[in-house]
Amino acid sequence: MAVGALRSLGGNVRRKALAWWPTRPRHRFLAAAGVVLVLAGLVWLGWPAASPFRRADRVLTVDSGPGGRESTALDTSFYVPAGASAADAVPAVLLAHGFGGTKESVRADAEDLAAQGYAVLTWTARGFGRSGGQIHLNHPDYEVRDAQRLLDWLAAQPQVRRDGAADPRVGVVGGSYGGALALALAAADRRVDAIVPMITWNDLARAFAPNAVGDDPATGVFKKSWAALFFGRGGAPGAGTAGTPGGDQGSAGPEPDGAAGPGGAAGPGGETGAGGDSGAGGAGGDGGAGDDVACGRFAVDVCAIYRQAGATGRPDAATLARLRLANADLRAVRAPTLLVQGTADTLFPLAEADANARALAAAGTPVRVAWFTGGHDGGNGPANDRDRVRALTGQWLGHYVSGELGRPANSFTYSRVAGFAVGERGLVASGYAVDYYPGLAGTDRREIPLSGPPRRLANPPGGAPAAISSLPGAGALSGLAGSLGGDLPGQHADFVSPELTRPLDLAGAPTLPLRAASPTGEAVLFVKLYDVPPGGRPTLVGGQAAPVRLTGLPARVEGATPVTVTLPGLVHRFEAGHRLRVTVASADAAYATPAAPAVYTVAAGDAPLLVPDMPGRAIPTDATAWRYALLVCVVLGVAAAVLVGRRRRGRADIAVEAPHAEDPLVVRGLRKVYPGGFVAVAEVGFTVGRGQVVGLLGPNGAGKTTTLRVLTGLTRPSAGDALVFGHRLAPGAPVLSRIGALVEGPGFLPHLSGLANLRAYWQATGRPVADARFAEALEIAGLGESVHRRVRTYSHGMRQRLAIAQAMLGLPELLILDEPTDGLDPPQIAAMRVVLRRYAADGRAVLVSSHLLAEVEQTCTHVVVVHKGQVVADGPVADIVGDSPTTQFAVGDPAAAAKVIGDMVGVVSLELDELGGIVADLGTVPRGAAVASLVRAGIRVDKVVPRRRLEDAFLSLVGEQTRGSGDR
Amino acid sequence: MTGSEDDTRAAAPDAAGTAVRLPPRPAGADGAAAGYRPGRTLPLAAEWRRQAARRRTQFTLAGMVLLPVIVLLAFQFGGGDEDEGRSGRGEFSSLAELATSGGLNFAVFTVLVSSSFLLVVAVALFFGDTVASEASWGSLRYLLATPVPRARLLLAKVLVAAGYAVSAVLLLAVTALLLGTLRYGWHPLASTVAADIPPAAGVARLAGIVGYLLLSLSVVGALAVLLSVSTDAPLGAVGGAVLLFIVSSILDQIEALGGVRDWLPTHYGQAWLGLLSTPAQADDIVRGAFAAVAYTTLLLAAAWWRFLRKDVVS
Repeated sequence: MAVGALRSLGGNVRRKALAWWPTRPRHRFLAAAGVVLVLAGLVWLGWPAASPFRRADRVLTVDSGPGGRESTALDTSFYVPAGASAADAVPAVLLAHGFGGTKESVRADAEDLAAQGYAVLTWTARGFGRSGGQIHLNHPDYEVRDAQRLLDWLAAQPQVRRDGAADPRVGVVGGSYGGALALALAAADRRVDAIVPMITWNDLARAFAPNAVGDDPATGVFKKSWAALFFGRGGAPGAGTAGTPGGDQGSAGPEPDGAAGPGGAAGPGGETGAGGDSGAGGAGGDGGAGDDVACGRFAVDVCAIYRQAGATGRPDAATLARLRLANADLRAVRAPTLLVQGTADTLFPLAEADANARALAAAGTPVRVAWFTGGHDGGNGPANDRDRVRALTGQWLGHYVSGELGRPANSFTYSRVAGFAVGERGLVASGYAVDYYPGLAGTDRREIPLSGPPRRLANPPGGAPAAISSLPGAGALSGLAGSLGGDLPGQHADFVSPELTRPLDLAGAPTLPLRAASPTGEAVLFVKLYDVPPGGRPTLVGGQAAPVRLTGLPARVEGATPVTVTLPGLVHRFEAGHRLRVTVASADAAYATPAAPAVYTVAAGDAPLLVPDMPGRAIPTDATAWRYALLVCVVLGVAAAVLVGRRRRGRADIAVEAPHAEDPLVVRGLRKVYPGGFVAVAEVGFTVGRGQVVGLLGPNGAGKTTTLRVLTGLTRPSAGDALVFGHRLAPGAPVLSRIGALVEGPGFLPHLSGLANLRAYWQATGRPVADARFAEALEIAGLGESVHRRVRTYSHGMRQRLAIAQAMLGLPELLILDEPTDGLDPPQIAAMRVVLRRYAADGRAVLVSSHLLAEVEQTCTHVVVVHKGQVVADGPVADIVGDSPTTQFAVGDPAAAAKVIGDMVGVVSLELDELGGIVADLGTVPRGAAVASLVRAGIRVDKVVPRRRLEDAFLSLVGEQTRGSGDR
Repeated sequence: MTGSEDDTRAAAPDAAGTAVRLPPRPAGADGAAAGYRPGRTLPLAAEWRRQAARRRTQFTLAGMVLLPVIVLLAFQFGGGDEDEGRSGRGEFSSLAELATSGGLNFAVFTVLVSSSFLLVVAVALFFGDTVASEASWGSLRYLLATPVPRARLLLAKVLVAAGYAVSAVLLLAVTALLLGTLRYGWHPLASTVAADIPPAAGVARLAGIVGYLLLSLSVVGALAVLLSVSTDAPLGAVGGAVLLFIVSSILDQIEALGGVRDWLPTHYGQAWLGLLSTPAQADDIVRGAFAAVAYTTLLLAAAWWRFLRKDVVS
């Protein structure tokens, strides 16, 4: 038995080694196809896509300058979609870079647009990178005229679609410096079909000298940090741009060039190569270069204005006038314009785009405004916000340039940082839409009362130390941290609102009245808005400060007249329970403030803070689609599960084969081939009738256990079937409930007691407890008090008895026992025989498997002998076990004895056996006569044994066992 | 059979005798024994009790109570090392620093530290052990011969395992919440990425976190079930599920894999951290939930398909 167990274990291991791989050819094919599909999918995912465009780098020499008499070399790249040709011309996009960048800064965006089917021309603006010339700050005679020459060049390219003879179909896209160029070019040249200026200015003079009261740059507060950064970006020839602040800091640079394009897919690249070349480029182009050491590649007049403003901290009228030369004449712009402005932008705040939008709308030009969470401080913004801007740009160009897409909605969209991204680094933003553009002032405004006593604040001499509201050039760091330096003691006044009872969605520019007094009659103040959460750290909303220069102030605050301060455009959600705080500070590190020390007095709260409360609705993101997909998936899954369940229930086989309805078990032509081709049962058929105890007899490996596995629903037969009371047996067939079984040894939960195991088993049947008849079963198990011990502590025999008791629970009509006497001692075996006989006596039936002849003979009424998976003998034990005609003689001289018996008349057969005796079918000859003959012949007779049929059958198997079934 | 033949002889007639007095009751159309209904087999309560009696169930659930106690003691007696808690989760690494700021924070921290491994093992244990342990005991064949229909067996096993997994995670969270509140007080849920969340809303967030965590752990459970019906070695199923989960987590760390990572079942495992910001970020949670539901469904369907067609030879 142990050997058999070991062998069957080995077989299991062999079979399981490849158990996951299907055996049926059809299934094998399906599995192979599945594997191939998965591999193909992975390869497809990882395969580099073929480039959808070609890129050609050229140096184009353009004639520009006043009168077009100065020629300048421009370093350009032309991206042509793979399918474009003269016959299949494509629309073009002129893609401009930001201040301090080169054509490489917008490479990712250019490639993205080229992949969308546009011929994209990028160039390095004059004064930067490898291009010649000097920086004239988008001067109409220089940078703008350069771009017009590029339009001429585009019109000459055969792959570019044309509207007229020298009129290419073209959109202009750019950010900041490039965005302003787009506006200026559209104003100067009607050939431009649409523009997408991003994060750019309306009035460069105001941008560098803002005043939140009155808006007049002449009284503005000089934005000295940004100006310094800009000037540094022009590049001194000795150092090259690489040595300038922010020159190579990627997104941290003052011009987040990635944001300049449609979404900045790849983000701004480094510009190390460009930096090194800037000095050489400065030598070419227009002559008359100024003082190279002081001005770098700036034109003389541009250099002069920085010198003036930087030295005094107050731009004069000439400086402001020169700066205004960089402003586009928006009345002349006819090209539909998509204005994209960043909320994290202390250089060109939302007010610049607002002014552009108003001017364009007044001229009747189609204009759409979008705010995103990036900007000169915020860089490209979060990835999902970049995608949104990219989609807006693609839609705009797709309608107004390529004409393939429908008219973009006129809605205004904006976004707000929702929090830190969980999966990757960075932030996530959520987008909102409003059907119309409400402007910075907004259409819905909430009044937030502010309170706080008037305070005195000191203006630090020389402007230091100062509060740090933003860090120009620090990129995304500056706009969001908000709480960088904080406000310095003695330099600020706070005015706080009550706790909000409901959330406030600020989107726009809040306003508030302020009164100030100064002994000098003049004051420069910085007004900031904080979000103060309960118990948390206040955050400076948008990292923005509104600079205010007030003149003609009284010495005492009581006599001051209120002025209305317009805060920068902000997007922020104040949660319920938070407070708003307006802080007025006397100095800010980013601005030039009066050098003389002074003490101002500030009062606020005469009228509430007016806050635009944007009625935006959330723009559905792909997460919304996932939400629906999730819902649909769950609904479909549940429906599928219900359907499959119904179908399976409906398929239940309740057919009865009437002729066998009264037979406990009929097995017909049963065959079982295990995966791997091992034939465990070749063909087995027998019947178990009521009242019978049938023995399934065979050596180890004859197929007994496999047969019983099929009969208990553990495996499916490969062929043939079994009927229990006429019902076909299948795994899970309800008729199995009329069978009690012990297959392949006991199986109990080791941590439960014997009794608990029986109860747990009966609970699993779901049948009434009264039907179980635990008392009888326990009686049969005969475990006494041990029944309350854990099964883990049982001996093999005890488990065996418990298993037999479990099989008899509920007194099933057919009892199937596999080697029931295994592990029992002789008295127990004897008792078991009695139990089984009596069990079958009342019309029930028992099927017992065994490899022991004696046991079957003594226990069973019928016997089925199986060998090598086939039935070799079958019938009532009485018939089979009874005397057979053969007799075995153990004799001294077998050869002589064979001759003697062989000569007797009536003997049917005779053979020598290997034990040194003879086996003969004596036929009509009495045994006594045969013995007498042998004795007469002088042959010593040791033993005369009548042979029985069952033994014949079985011994013939055992004799072959080592050759045959043992190897199975 | 107490070993004495006389005893047995006295008993045996009784067994057979009662049988005679009990004529075979009419069977149903499907041939089932009286009182047998496929839908009533292996009731959930029975399966629950089968598992409840097991040491591994008791130890695992006890561990869920014990862990917050250990964490609490660690905070109590551990040194104030400033470097602790920098677990590389970027902005969320400060959860450890905030753990002692209130009961809610303590609960969130405890859930965080246990989510990446301990809960995975616990869930894999509850699910991976279900069928394979019955197979290794040999009791599976008696359940199938009862017969408990295979689909029902699997359903009961999976539902009960899910019940224990939910109990374990809830036990962990509730214990941590109780202990943390007793020790550190009932304070708003603090987070460095957003403003404090008031206690009532904080409890809702914690519930959301636990819910999402359970959903994403269901993938591990389903994988363990699939392995459980494929092997007779319970530890193989449990270990295999944990191993594959870890492999998936490792792959998710390799940024060079790019977009392929989005398809990993563990890719959105940390998405519940989004519930700590204000307003709560649900986008990744939704994607993660979709992935979890999809993977769980696929794996459970595979397990079901396999189990229904399997030859039980253990």
